[in-house]
Amino acid sequence: MNSYHHPIISPRSRLWFRVFAISTYVFLYLPVVVLVVFSFSDSKLLVFPIDEFSLRWYGVLFANKDLQRSILNSFIVAGTVVPVSLALGTPLAFALDRFQFPGKTVFEQGLLIPLIVPGLITGLAILLVLKELEVRLSLVTVIIGHSIWCLPIVVTQVYARLRRLDQTIEEASMDLGATRAQTFLRVTLPNIRTSLVASALLTFTLSFDEVPVTFFLTGTQNTLPMHIWSMLREGVTPEINAIATITVAISIIILAIALQLLNRDNSARPRQPGPVTGNNGA
Amino acid sequence: MSSAEITAPASPAALAAKAQYRRDRILRFALCFGPSFAYLVVFMIVPYLLILIFSFWQVEGYAIIRDLTIGNYIRIFENPLYWGTVLKSLEIAFIVTIAANVIGYPLAFFLVFVAGRHRQWLYFLIIIPLFTSFLLRAFIWKTILGRSGVVNTALEYLGFIDEPISLFLYNQFSVCLTLTYIFIPFVTLPVYTALEKIPKELIEASLDLGATPWQTVRRVLLPLSIPGVVAGSIVTFALSFGDFVTPTLLGGPSGIMISSIIIGQFGAAFDWPFGSALAIVVLLVVLITVVIASKFERRSLA
Repeated sequence: MNSYHHPIISPRSRLWFRVFAISTYVFLYLPVVVLVVFSFSDSKLLVFPIDEFSLRWYGVLFANKDLQRSILNSFIVAGTVVPVSLALGTPLAFALDRFQFPGKTVFEQGLLIPLIVPGLITGLAILLVLKELEVRLSLVTVIIGHSIWCLPIVVTQVYARLRRLDQTIEEASMDLGATRAQTFLRVTLPNIRTSLVASALLTFTLSFDEVPVTFFLTGTQNTLPMHIWSMLREGVTPEINAIATITVAISIIILAIALQLLNRDNSARPRQPGPVTGNNGA
Repeated sequence: MSSAEITAPASPAALAAKAQYRRDRILRFALCFGPSFAYLVVFMIVPYLLILIFSFWQVEGYAIIRDLTIGNYIRIFENPLYWGTVLKSLEIAFIVTIAANVIGYPLAFFLVFVAGRHRQWLYFLIIIPLFTSFLLRAFIWKTILGRSGVVNTALEYLGFIDEPISLFLYNQFSVCLTLTYIFIPFVTLPVYTALEKIPKELIEASLDLGATPWQTVRRVLLPLSIPGVVAGSIVTFALSFGDFVTPTLLGGPSGIMISSIIIGQFGAAFDWPFGSALAIVVLLVVLITVVIASKFERRSLA
């Protein structure tokens, strides 16, 4: 399949497509490269050419107590959002896969609303409810906000996996005397495990970087992106390049793991072609 | 389910078993669906509805008057600052959606039909930006386009200009450029999925039956990839319309967008009902976009 040359593209237009693609990749990645390079510049100004390279800004970064606190907060938030979204999203995916109920289509579409509506509006909506209930803003309210748009991501991922799962293996398990709980733990769960792990990694990364929903829901404690946001409002500071470089590196690692898992899952069961990643509701 | 139907003959025991089975099923459904649904009601459905209710209230002094009135909406349509900003946000979202498609669609086409054995890692390179901070991707362009940014210092270094130009930053151009940069992957990925699903036999059949490659692209591939285009465009349009990060960082006074005004209402202006009315306008735009887009999709598939 991979070495297959499509007759639809003549060699000449193939060349043009390559030129176009290379320039687009340069457009997409040159800014990132610039940022990474500048994170190693000794100068306070982001000027070209760079005179001296150093790890100065990484040093500044690791001495910054507020920043460390915000990183910890982000780990707390993302670390809670993942289990909450999984605990709420997985049963929902089962309900959608195994049961028919009135209004199912509407529900399925409505569930995607938080992914399409600008995050700021979602955060604002939750803020109004919290104020009516007189709840104080804290990391808990941030977690609630994130879970509302991470939940649809979990549901889409797990639902997609469940639809490809052959339910006769569950029937076989129960015919052979396993209880429903045993069947779930020993047959169903291992089969959907990769989709669970993958959506956990995806929601963790997304929650860790989230700004728009967080904007209205954060109290006195900042998450990392909100801390970066307030630093950016004060002006361009070079240590942000260092933070950016680190977060990009972490995102790539987590994403590579997630995709590897999804790919393995897919190639192990080639019942439906096409990458599962196409369903990432982001 | 099927086993219960097979043993249908109406012995009382079978009927009781069937009723028991139905009760079990309903219980299991309730356990799966109930808790999550309750959570969604409290933190998603009620919140969105509450924006609507708030938008019909008003502020006097520092107190919210809870009488229903359409005063906020009249204010939006009477003051050109508000509806003008809505229009400008629409314009920016429109430009960004077109630009992201112009670049993102051929890129997906390249990945599916040209990239060959390099396809996997090139695909991975498209996904990475989606999962790295939106905030930082917008910030990058500030460091590139600014007065002491990369473009200016490079141009100066190379001798093309004598002093930095402020033409690049703090205007509609910088906002559109940055948002396009951010949303290209949002278009490429769904189009990729749509193009990849098209059976090779279909394309071969079209070519065998005498269609030119260009005709095949126009009459077979393009129509069949519409769902991907629509999905990518909806997200791009809606999210760039409601974005506040990019206009705040790179917009300047002429690049202000509707979300920046909403934030102002919840901050300094302290007019939550009016901010809610503006939020409803944003929600309506998003909703109308989705409806129009899915109509378009259905018609193109019919």
